[in-house]
Amino acid sequence: MRMLKQFRSKIREINQRYGKPKIEMSKGVKFSLAVLRIYLFVLVLLMIYKFITVL
Amino acid sequence: MPVFSVSIYQCRASSTYNSTDMDFFSLLYYRFKKVWKAIRLYLVIAGPGLVVMIADNDAGGITTYAATGAKYGYHLIWFLLLLIPVAYYVQEMTVRLGAVTKRGHAEAIFESFGAFWGWFSLIDLMFVDWLTLVTEFVGMTAALSIFGVPAWITVVLVVLLMSIIILNGRYWTWEKIALGFCLLNLIYIPAAFMVNPSVSSILGQGLIPNLPGGFNNELFFLLMANIGTTIAPWMLFFQQSSVVDKGLQEKDINMGKLDTLIGSIITVVVAIFIVIVTGTLLNGAPIDDAATAARMLMKTNHYVGAFMAIGLFDAGLLGAICISLASSWAFGEIFGWAHSLNTKVKEAPWFYISFFLTLATAGIVPLIPGAPLVLITLFVQVVAVTLLPAALVFLILLLNDKKTMGEYANTPLQNTVSVIIVVLIIVLSTLYGVSALFPNLFQ
Repeated sequence: MRMLKQFRSKIREINQRYGKPKIEMSKGVKFSLAVLRIYLFVLVLLMIYKFITVL
Repeated sequence: MPVFSVSIYQCRASSTYNSTDMDFFSLLYYRFKKVWKAIRLYLVIAGPGLVVMIADNDAGGITTYAATGAKYGYHLIWFLLLLIPVAYYVQEMTVRLGAVTKRGHAEAIFESFGAFWGWFSLIDLMFVDWLTLVTEFVGMTAALSIFGVPAWITVVLVVLLMSIIILNGRYWTWEKIALGFCLLNLIYIPAAFMVNPSVSSILGQGLIPNLPGGFNNELFFLLMANIGTTIAPWMLFFQQSSVVDKGLQEKDINMGKLDTLIGSIITVVVAIFIVIVTGTLLNGAPIDDAATAARMLMKTNHYVGAFMAIGLFDAGLLGAICISLASSWAFGEIFGWAHSLNTKVKEAPWFYISFFLTLATAGIVPLIPGAPLVLITLFVQVVAVTLLPAALVFLILLLNDKKTMGEYANTPLQNTVSVIIVVLIIVLSTLYGVSALFPNLFQ
């Protein structure tokens, strides 16, 4: 239980430490990250579809 | 007088000759010292690039190359040669990033892109590394089963051997042992000479770009598999962390790049020799995995088959050494644990525990009767497709962050080359992953 609490506080600490991206959010960076989000979203949808059809 | 004159001229001529002679030898000695100094410097810095590139020829890679040779003979050697710049341009970016930022790839993603992308990459890396590690164990157990070694003995031996290598507490020793295993990876070169291939056929069929049998699904799948084995997500994380752990500085970047270039040439040369072996002896035979290829080769030439099996075991071992370390380094960077091979177990317990746990749990899977190994192999391809594009996009964005990278940021030419390569890898690896999910999609 104590270990779990320690782990949770560690995760919280990491989230706080890296809360704000350090890279300059130029248009190029924003565009690349947006495309990456869409790409991953579509890929996850495909995986879910495959999982459902296999079941 | 004339006699005197002659003797003076003779003396002058002789002294001129000696002086030129000495200049020549001094220059030669100076050049030799300079080259020798560069070689010694290279030998000190060499390691991360060579190890990561040769480990890239892991158990899955050997299977892909063996299948390529068996299916298309020497016809796709030209395509393998194209993979040298692909591998080099992607991996050399990790050298610059690691040497300049002194941070591993996981930490760099967390810090630059925030916790969301950081956790996505770390968790994805953990999955894909673990699944790939299972495939390495499958390859190693299959390879040693050819010599009658039971699978459980192979797993226990590998875990013990890797623990001993890791626990010595020095990065340098670990690296030199890993380089020793890299040397064993060259076993396919004598194997290729032993099968007496036709050099004219290799040159004639292999070096002229061609698509045997026209462009079809099977060929496309194999080409994608070859690219997929050349660039894997763990390689980016491993090399950058390795550069940091070794302590490479900005001044070492050129040597680090040379190391990566030599490594990428060796990895493709080894791949070509595997293609030559199976292309000569198993042309047309259906090859599902490298162990089957080794068994079939043994029927034709016992030693070549044995070399194939030894090479497969070594490839799996090298892959396992690097992949398990890539995960442990990444965890250590984010959780703030001590995470260097230069630390003792007492100083970095979580680093070693995570390494051992990843290794042992992956090693158990091939021992489970009826374990879904085919499904795991499929999953590796699919999960890798979610991580690889993200890791590559982050890599290019980080290399363009002039505030951090300074003079080592990507130049416009480097950006053009790397963006073309990265876009091609992303498109092809996505098609590869999607075709693994939906095998009938492209038929």
